[in-house]
Amino acid sequence: MKAKFLQTLMPPIVSLVVVLGMWELLVRSLSVPAYLLPPPSAILSAGLSNATALALASFTTAKSALMGFFLSAFFGISIAVVLGSSRVLERSFYPYAVFLQTVPIVAIAPLLVIWFGPGQRAVSVSAFIVGVFPVVANTLTGLRSVDPSLRDLFRLHGASKFQTLFLLSLPHATPSIVTGLRVAGGLSVIGAIVGEFVAGFAEGAAGLGIVVLSSYRQLRTDLLFASVFCASMLGLLLFGATNWFGWRMMRKWHPSEKV
Amino acid sequence: MSDFADSPELHLATTHAGVRVVIDHVVRVFPGSGLVLDDISLDVPSGAFVALLGPSGCGKSTLLRIIAGLDRVDRGKVCLEAPEAPPRIAYVFQDAHLLPWRSVLENVTLPLELLGTPKTERRANAREALAKVGLSDAEQRMPAELSGGMKMRVSLARALVTRPQILLLDEPFAALDEITRQKLDDELRRLWIEHPMTVLFVTHSNAEATYLAERCIVLSPRPAKLVLDMPIDLPRTRHASLRAHASFAQVLGSLYDALLKAGTS
Repeated sequence: MKAKFLQTLMPPIVSLVVVLGMWELLVRSLSVPAYLLPPPSAILSAGLSNATALALASFTTAKSALMGFFLSAFFGISIAVVLGSSRVLERSFYPYAVFLQTVPIVAIAPLLVIWFGPGQRAVSVSAFIVGVFPVVANTLTGLRSVDPSLRDLFRLHGASKFQTLFLLSLPHATPSIVTGLRVAGGLSVIGAIVGEFVAGFAEGAAGLGIVVLSSYRQLRTDLLFASVFCASMLGLLLFGATNWFGWRMMRKWHPSEKV
Repeated sequence: MSDFADSPELHLATTHAGVRVVIDHVVRVFPGSGLVLDDISLDVPSGAFVALLGPSGCGKSTLLRIIAGLDRVDRGKVCLEAPEAPPRIAYVFQDAHLLPWRSVLENVTLPLELLGTPKTERRANAREALAKVGLSDAEQRMPAELSGGMKMRVSLARALVTRPQILLLDEPFAALDEITRQKLDDELRRLWIEHPMTVLFVTHSNAEATYLAERCIVLSPRPAKLVLDMPIDLPRTRHASLRAHASFAQVLGSLYDALLKAGTS
């Protein structure tokens, strides 16, 4: 167990140390200006000296991203269930779901400010818009791939639509839903930060998007890197949480989750 | 159904705990692939064990699905005459088709759950059905941990749990190895003798049909017509060694002869 743990953890740690070391060394030896590319040590010290601000900003962004994530999960699965219930509905509305996916979030973020007012609500909606499509698409794929024989079995025993959905289609689609949620988790952090660029200027608490913007304006590239790092940590955290959720749901039966 | 209401057979049928199947000039056309079933008529008395033979893709499964009410007819009609309506139908597919997220026990309780049977009752019935197929000690295991033969047994138990009056099997053991298949054939025979029900068994193996059934129905390649209806004259209690017995070879031989005469095989 412990040996396996080391085996999986050691390689990425070693590669990280090597890359960071090279980075530090090259930036210092070539005396690259700090506003272009600060050395890792400077990023670390900028992060530490602004730790409280970064933590608060991360917390604010996390709240919006989580809100958006839960909205995408709830509406994404619901939309897929509705579309999956009939071919006609799917043909009529799925193209628009695809359209929603291709909408550049930066372009419609101002619209969100007009509709929802500046602040967390608009930011959450931005995270939601980015995250909902992968959930819809993956859930729909899962619902569609139920074995016809199993549908027959349910029909034979007079199963209601409700029973077929909750005892057959949704459990069958669980692996696909988890895949969709995994993608949505990472995307909702991106959506929240992009949302904050445009809509995050209200209220006392500023999110990571605001920190990124203000460090850029002051050419504080070290702080910019530190906040980008915080943002990816958030995404990673959400990804890990959905992974854990998927493992909990499927560890007993699905081959992908077997230890 | 009124055609048979006053016939003596019906009275006889209701005394058995099975279903009489009357297939009356059934025609089925699939859009795109044309005629599948071409005027099939068949009368299966209650409690019979009938094998449906025919080449792959000839429409045997379609006929079975129509009897189960999973597909419709384009002409003609199918009547299931059961002592109580609606008849309790069970269907066993070519593969086990278990729900991988449910344990063995939960897979077997599923039909009862769909029918709204209370939990304690459906668990008791499921344990009974599992005991019948010899899987009592596997009830907490997950389908992914089972061998192909065990999965098929669970599938059989799931079919038996509703105490069906008619059991429809669509090439159920075709994917299994020879030894497992023969074992399951024996168990199916035993289950039919212990629990009176009508059994319709689709297969493409003449030997399996001969060993299992009391009567063989042979369909032609598509569009399927009924080409042969032959009783299998073998003892009621059959053992594995029967497969090597002269009487078995004789019956199997006459099946081949009849098939040759009918112009198929």
